[in-house]
Amino acid sequence: MNKWSGLRVYALIYLAFLYAPILLLPLFAFNDAAIIAFPLTGFSTRWFEQLWTTQALHQALRNSLFIATITSILATLLGVCAARAGTLANFPGKRGFLGFVMLPLVLPEIVIAVALLVVVRQVLDLDLSNWTVIAAHTVICIPFSIAILNGAFQNLDSSFEEAAMDLGETRWGAFRLVILPLVFPGIISSLLICFIISLDDFVIAQFLTGANPTMPVYIYGLTRFVDALPLIMALGTILVTISIALLIVAEYFRRRGVARAGLKDTGGFL
Amino acid sequence: MSAQSKPVAAPLIQLRGVHKHYGDYHALRGIDLEIRQGEFFSLLGPSGCGKTTLLRTIAGFETPSSGTLMIDGRDMAGVPANHRPTNMVFQSYAIFPHLSVAENVGFGLRRDPRPRDQKSRAVAEALEMVGLGGYGSRAAHALSGGQRQRVALARALILKPKVLLLDEPLSALDKKMREQMQVELIRLQRTVGITFILVTHDQEEALVMSDRIAVMFEGEIGQMADPERLYRRPNTKRVAEFIGKMNLLPGDVAIEGNQILVDTAGLGRGAIEAEQAPGGVMPGRTTVGIRPETLGLLFPGETTDRRLAEGVVDEVVYYGDMTYYDVRVAGVERPLTISMKNLIGRPVLEVGAATQVVWDERSLVVLSR
Repeated sequence: MNKWSGLRVYALIYLAFLYAPILLLPLFAFNDAAIIAFPLTGFSTRWFEQLWTTQALHQALRNSLFIATITSILATLLGVCAARAGTLANFPGKRGFLGFVMLPLVLPEIVIAVALLVVVRQVLDLDLSNWTVIAAHTVICIPFSIAILNGAFQNLDSSFEEAAMDLGETRWGAFRLVILPLVFPGIISSLLICFIISLDDFVIAQFLTGANPTMPVYIYGLTRFVDALPLIMALGTILVTISIALLIVAEYFRRRGVARAGLKDTGGFL
Repeated sequence: MSAQSKPVAAPLIQLRGVHKHYGDYHALRGIDLEIRQGEFFSLLGPSGCGKTTLLRTIAGFETPSSGTLMIDGRDMAGVPANHRPTNMVFQSYAIFPHLSVAENVGFGLRRDPRPRDQKSRAVAEALEMVGLGGYGSRAAHALSGGQRQRVALARALILKPKVLLLDEPLSALDKKMREQMQVELIRLQRTVGITFILVTHDQEEALVMSDRIAVMFEGEIGQMADPERLYRRPNTKRVAEFIGKMNLLPGDVAIEGNQILVDTAGLGRGAIEAEQAPGGVMPGRTTVGIRPETLGLLFPGETTDRRLAEGVVDEVVYYGDMTYYDVRVAGVERPLTISMKNLIGRPVLEVGAATQVVWDERSLVVLSR
């Protein structure tokens, strides 16, 4: 037991380091003072009420939700294609190819953002809009989508599809009736993860957003005004809650997929 | 097993010069094969011999690089798997985990125009046939290995295929279950009368179940015969060593008049019939095969009119019903393996005991290279 107590302390410190700052969000969000400082002055929901009446915020939220929805659908669609090609096809340089597809995962976002800005403005000469943000978000979401869906597709017994065809189905029929239902939880999981990534992104949106900012860009804008800080705390509280809820749902679907395919769990996001 | 009880029918499956290349790898090297209607046919061979490739070619999952495949008189070139009169039981069974047992079995009936209640009756009958009556509503992923296999069988047989293809269907089961399923498969095949093609690397399984067996090595058929012939008269050393136990001794073949004489090292000279050289009679140095159970030991008090050779017991392996002896005989490098039934009054000999080996030229088989 002694051997583990050290590790346990380490784990607790680690978790505190990770989550204690986030716990400050709700603390100040419900605090009845315009200045972010201890001691707390009293319970209040007025910051939330103020959020409720801020029109610009609502517009930013709508933008963010629209972008996140379209992004998650596009990235997941492309991810399905890539993951399926990855499990089906064998071609020279496949590993290298997949490696390059996954690269945006480790590239600094600001590099991608600047590069995309140059492409959009100088090369294509397009106006910045929600659609430019969607295009960029799709690029950074695809690696995540592929990582999730690769797992889902590779977990499948390769004879499932052949068995369905042997029993009279066409290739498309086999995909629709057997493969798709089995990877469906993976698809849901990918949709949710991409949705969160798009919703959370600040750097790329800051560069590529049009006249209407996304939520994170709007929040950044607010930080210039000291008296808006409690508002940000309230907003942050809401966002953290939503993010955690979505992540839990995504993980639930991923695990259900693994169970459905009758396989051992080999780890996931949670 | 019962080849003689079945009427000889026109070939249902015909392969002519079928080759399959994967890049540089030559998986099938000119397969010529005819399989009759109603036959239980096995493709037997070590892993990588091409037996599964051949089965998948018949199923339509692989396209031959050259050669023709006919099923029921129809050329299968360009006919995809879903349009062939074949169904397959996969090695992994490939039971769809998101469907119930009944949905799995009824999967192939999706395009069947019959009304729903007739289809569900067909599913119930198919499940009954494989001994899973009443299992229809179970979840597929909750089944045991043996049950999965039965579901896979029912799912394939419900479509009444002309040919049922079985890819190592028993390899995932434990020994007891495997033996039970062997018997059930034979019974099932007789009941439905469908041609079965079984792929296996287990020689015993092939011998027990098949009407005919093709032994494959490195993309070629080494020998094709009924189980008894294959066991008693293998044509080459490779086939002899793959099927059962076989003592291999150097020998000399000579033809004198109309007699074929074989001089077997350690045993001596004897005349054999032409059928004892299934690979052809070639005078000169050769390898002679002799099965352990066709040799014997002369125990004290027993007499025989068979041929004898002096020997010394080198190793004794006691199995209860049988004892396997390794006996050294002068003039042979490797000791002879001899299996003896432990009959009443027969002692188990000790290592080092002097003994006499009983042999008979009728059990010799001359093997070609």
